[in-house]
Amino acid sequence: MNTTVSMTSREEIEVHRFSWFISIGIPVLAIFIQVFFRLSFIKILDLPLLVTIFFAVSRRRPIPGMITGALIGTLQDAWTGQPIGLYGIAKTMIGYLASSLGVKLDVENPGSRFLMTFGFYFVHRFIYLAIKLELVGGNEHWNWGYTLLSALCNGLLAVALFAVLDKFKQR
Amino acid sequence: MENFFSRYKNPLVLMAVLFIQVIALATQVKRLENPKSANTGGTRLIRVWTVTAFTPIERLFVSTGHFFRGTWHDYIDLHDVRKKNRELQDEVTRLHMEQIRLREDALQARRLQTLLEFKERFVVRTIPAQVIASSGTEQSHVITIDKGSHDGIRQDMAVITPDGIVGKVKDVFPLSSQVLLINDHDSGAGVILERSRLQGVLKGVGMGEVQVMYIMSDEKIDVGDLVVTSGGDRVYPKGMPVGKVSSVAPDRDNDPFLAIKLTTAADLNRLEEVLVVVKTAEETPAVSTGPTPTRAADIMSQRLPSVPKHDKPSADAPNGTVADPSSGKKKAASPGAGQKNAAGTDQKPAIVPHGPAASPTPTPKLDGAQVKKPNAATPPAAEPKGTPETKKPDNQE
Repeated sequence: MNTTVSMTSREEIEVHRFSWFISIGIPVLAIFIQVFFRLSFIKILDLPLLVTIFFAVSRRRPIPGMITGALIGTLQDAWTGQPIGLYGIAKTMIGYLASSLGVKLDVENPGSRFLMTFGFYFVHRFIYLAIKLELVGGNEHWNWGYTLLSALCNGLLAVALFAVLDKFKQR
Repeated sequence: MENFFSRYKNPLVLMAVLFIQVIALATQVKRLENPKSANTGGTRLIRVWTVTAFTPIERLFVSTGHFFRGTWHDYIDLHDVRKKNRELQDEVTRLHMEQIRLREDALQARRLQTLLEFKERFVVRTIPAQVIASSGTEQSHVITIDKGSHDGIRQDMAVITPDGIVGKVKDVFPLSSQVLLINDHDSGAGVILERSRLQGVLKGVGMGEVQVMYIMSDEKIDVGDLVVTSGGDRVYPKGMPVGKVSSVAPDRDNDPFLAIKLTTAADLNRLEEVLVVVKTAEETPAVSTGPTPTRAADIMSQRLPSVPKHDKPSADAPNGTVADPSSGKKKAASPGAGQKNAAGTDQKPAIVPHGPAASPTPTPKLDGAQVKKPNAATPPAAEPKGTPETKKPDNQE
């Protein structure tokens, strides 16, 4: 008999669903804001990453989580001018990890959401950098200060954004 | 076996998805080495579809925004317009004077280039384009413009603003194009330091900064030195402003070289409209044949403020001559007559007192037709140097 060890209550691991309109509209809107609002501070945020994490931890199913991440990342790649797949691969893995984590941990309270996003931002950057340097052979610098600041900003935004997106959840 | 797949379904699907993406990535990277096939690669279709799907929406947003902004600026927010207009008029006058001087310098340079059979690339035609999107990340510095292959945009065309260079066209879609900015990691441009004439390569070094590389550490570079394009990369026309040196330090990664960081001339974070250089021509600069040119100094001397005249020209002076107040002799008053004699040797320019009574020669208009181009065969005149402001007629001193 298989026993799942979980740090969440029965109620907290409830799987949420979203309407088709929200499932498509929110990621597209996130990419739209990220790409078309050409403001300097937008570049420090990664709205597609936040949306990927939110859908993954809410659905709590790895396969939809990674597919969502793959699609969002690939769409984001289209605008970067770099080989398509850099963000696609990174967000696929984040989608998988986030949905797997969603089953194990309580990801509903603001503190855990902040820490989760903070951590995933680092993982995402690391995967992206590894692919770019090792697979593509491109140039990229790791800037600790900037990465920390970005992770912090994204973590804080995630707390507010996830609270708003919670309203679109269907049981 | 069935149990294995059902037990490890999630990791297996993850590996399959990653595998597909890595293969797709590898295909693109391989194709990028062959620029001919990079433009027709099947994988890039996703980029074409995405950009083409989003472009009309963004165009709508941009044009709506421009409509409201234009209405506000053009009809409502008009305070200080008269004051600004006066200031601009003054600026135009000043620039006009400067243009005359520079035109003469350019003509002289062209004469020398002709003598040396120097080939030069000229910007013949540009297409204005509006920036409609960016990459949205700090990891890549790419912008999307609203002109594409339907408008005649091609890969590797230079993109500039009146302030300086911006980047080059990377990918072209039917309705839009992606431009790789000069501060991207993957960009490169041949540059030259204007003062020292040292040549280097401009590269993006992360966080939106640009750096001139491959200049030896024993060279003397000062902060504030201007950097312009060298034209050696065959993308950017020669002499376009790139930026100013903001810091100079030894390059830790490339030991014998300097790391020269620049502040770009064009504000790459606030690009609204850009110009795509769609046509350049390579030719030896032509110097038109014609009569002796009107010197900038002569034109400017006539535009300088009049001074009270003490010596009126003698009544019996023939038409076209004026009295030289310093010597009492008469000199030719036509523009340029004081520059050279028939043999083409230099003479001191004639100083013409101002005012209709004193100068029988009408004040020439400051357009291209009035400032004649010199004969290519004529050796360059040793023109008196100095800014227009410092040159005064003798009788003003």
